[in-house]
Amino acid sequence: MERVKQKPQKRKMSLHRMKRYLPFYLMMLPGIIYLIINNYMPMAGLALAFKKVNYSIGLFESPWCGLENFKYLFSTNDAFIFFRNTILYNLAFIVFGNVAGILVAICLDTIRNKFFKRVSQVIILIPYLLSTVIISYIVFAFLSGNNGFMNMTILPMLGMDPVNWYNEAGYWPVILVVVNLWMMFGYNSILYYSTLIGIDKSYYEAAAVDGAGVWAQIRHITLPALKPTIITLVLLAVGRICYSDFGLFYQVPMNSGLLYSTTQTIDTYVYRGLLELNDIGRSTAAGFMQSILGFICVFTANKVVSKIDKESSLF
Amino acid sequence: MICENKVFRFVTGFIVAVLVLVCLLPFFLLIASSLTSEQALALDGYSFFPSEFSLAAYEYIWGVKSDVLRAYGMSFLVTGVGTVISLVITMLFAYPLSRPDLPGRRALSFFVFFTMLFNGGFVPTYLIYSQIFHITDTIWALIVPYLLMNAFYVIMVRTYITSNVPNEVIEAARIDGSSEFKTLISIVVPMSKPIIGTVGLMTAIAYWNNWTNGIYFIHVRRDLYGIQNYLNSILTNISFLQSHSNPNISLSELPSVSIRMALAVIALLPILIAYPFFQKSFTKGITVGSVKG
Repeated sequence: MERVKQKPQKRKMSLHRMKRYLPFYLMMLPGIIYLIINNYMPMAGLALAFKKVNYSIGLFESPWCGLENFKYLFSTNDAFIFFRNTILYNLAFIVFGNVAGILVAICLDTIRNKFFKRVSQVIILIPYLLSTVIISYIVFAFLSGNNGFMNMTILPMLGMDPVNWYNEAGYWPVILVVVNLWMMFGYNSILYYSTLIGIDKSYYEAAAVDGAGVWAQIRHITLPALKPTIITLVLLAVGRICYSDFGLFYQVPMNSGLLYSTTQTIDTYVYRGLLELNDIGRSTAAGFMQSILGFICVFTANKVVSKIDKESSLF
Repeated sequence: MICENKVFRFVTGFIVAVLVLVCLLPFFLLIASSLTSEQALALDGYSFFPSEFSLAAYEYIWGVKSDVLRAYGMSFLVTGVGTVISLVITMLFAYPLSRPDLPGRRALSFFVFFTMLFNGGFVPTYLIYSQIFHITDTIWALIVPYLLMNAFYVIMVRTYITSNVPNEVIEAARIDGSSEFKTLISIVVPMSKPIIGTVGLMTAIAYWNNWTNGIYFIHVRRDLYGIQNYLNSILTNISFLQSHSNPNISLSELPSVSIRMALAVIALLPILIAYPFFQKSFTKGITVGSVKG
């Protein structure tokens, strides 16, 4: 078969080539425009962190103010709190989420009843399917002060006094980690499980013949086989360590001001600053730091992943 | 794994069974609470076993059904329109990127890819959409920001086309005089159905579950709220319900506690009913989307 290869001798755009590729560029136009509006213009908008934004003058006509917004941001303890919260919560989510995911994947792998296996895989993904609004309703059903399942049923059963969950910041690190685990463990398990079923069965057979028990098989076959997936998932999550699930930290604690010390993250801080407190300066400064730190983390994480497992990395 | 140890298998099976229950029980709590009478709720709180059965919450919602139905309608509209536009833009972008001979292909791929590494974040995005494009309080606010095209899906579709639609087929169509648009529609799209289905499903779920665009950009026109935002405004503010209330029920009789749970159940049902039908593609979307599939 004759391949029509249109590799021109010169890299110059001849009229003929223009005509041929023009439809392609036209096709891409809507997507290009969208990326410019949705992604590239906001990148340029990061410069607003160095301006004193005044809506009446206009965004880009507003005067420059140097590092004033950043000085203002770090003039209180807030910045320390939301950076600390964002990073510590992410670390907890990464540890608990991945450990749970691996454990559940291994459990799923030992189940022989096909129906049970199938149904449980379907059901454990349901929490991942829900919006954080629905999640916040579920949490509210448990934690509501006057009617919640915790205060009305579980705590009395244990002989404990009711707790004002939405007023006591101390409980929220535990609550949010549990809620996140509930939302995400199914997702993590399915990811690990999909790697597990790819393991060649003959390894296990050979090991079993040699008298390897369950633990030996897990230690010497399963976990080593999962290693690239574990490293990849953990690194990619570390790459997103400066970002948080806005809904989980804003809506699940019901936007309660008393809980800010343990529920404020960069994303909720930026949102509240911009739309609730009209404190644009601090918001832009915090958002700027998130974008820059986020870029460094994502870039580094993917660089490392690409060394370990080329196909999983972004580049 | 080869596991002849019955005790071990019993333990692992038991763990999975417990986790399945842990995933399901909160929904039973929602449903049971929504069916409990207001007095029983005041006495026992939300409970798995209603001591006093009542349909009052659902009767109340039936009274304000126009609000609930409109919110539903908005959710369906936004999800439908958003997903279709999104798929069209994504296909139109991915197909040229998959052509190995396209001049500027590397630069364009980088243009897409860079948006996954770096972004301006919420403040500039919000200010640009609201101050320059003025989409606040329009339906476009629910469709366009963040969700319309996902760079990751563009790359996924491009990779799929590269490895599943043979270049020879496309070249042959070109020699036969088929225009690029025609090739895309009559050859590439039919051969990419699996990936289109997966990406379409993930996009549709993202639209259906989205409520942040609503709180970011809808400040006045609450009639544009989809079901998620409607629910959200009720959870945070029960008086929102009261202001829309049915004149036949006085405020003191308002079964406010069970109503919340009943609304959550109503919002939850469509996705739970549809889930068994799309769970296969959903699982696939998850595994393809994160680690190589």
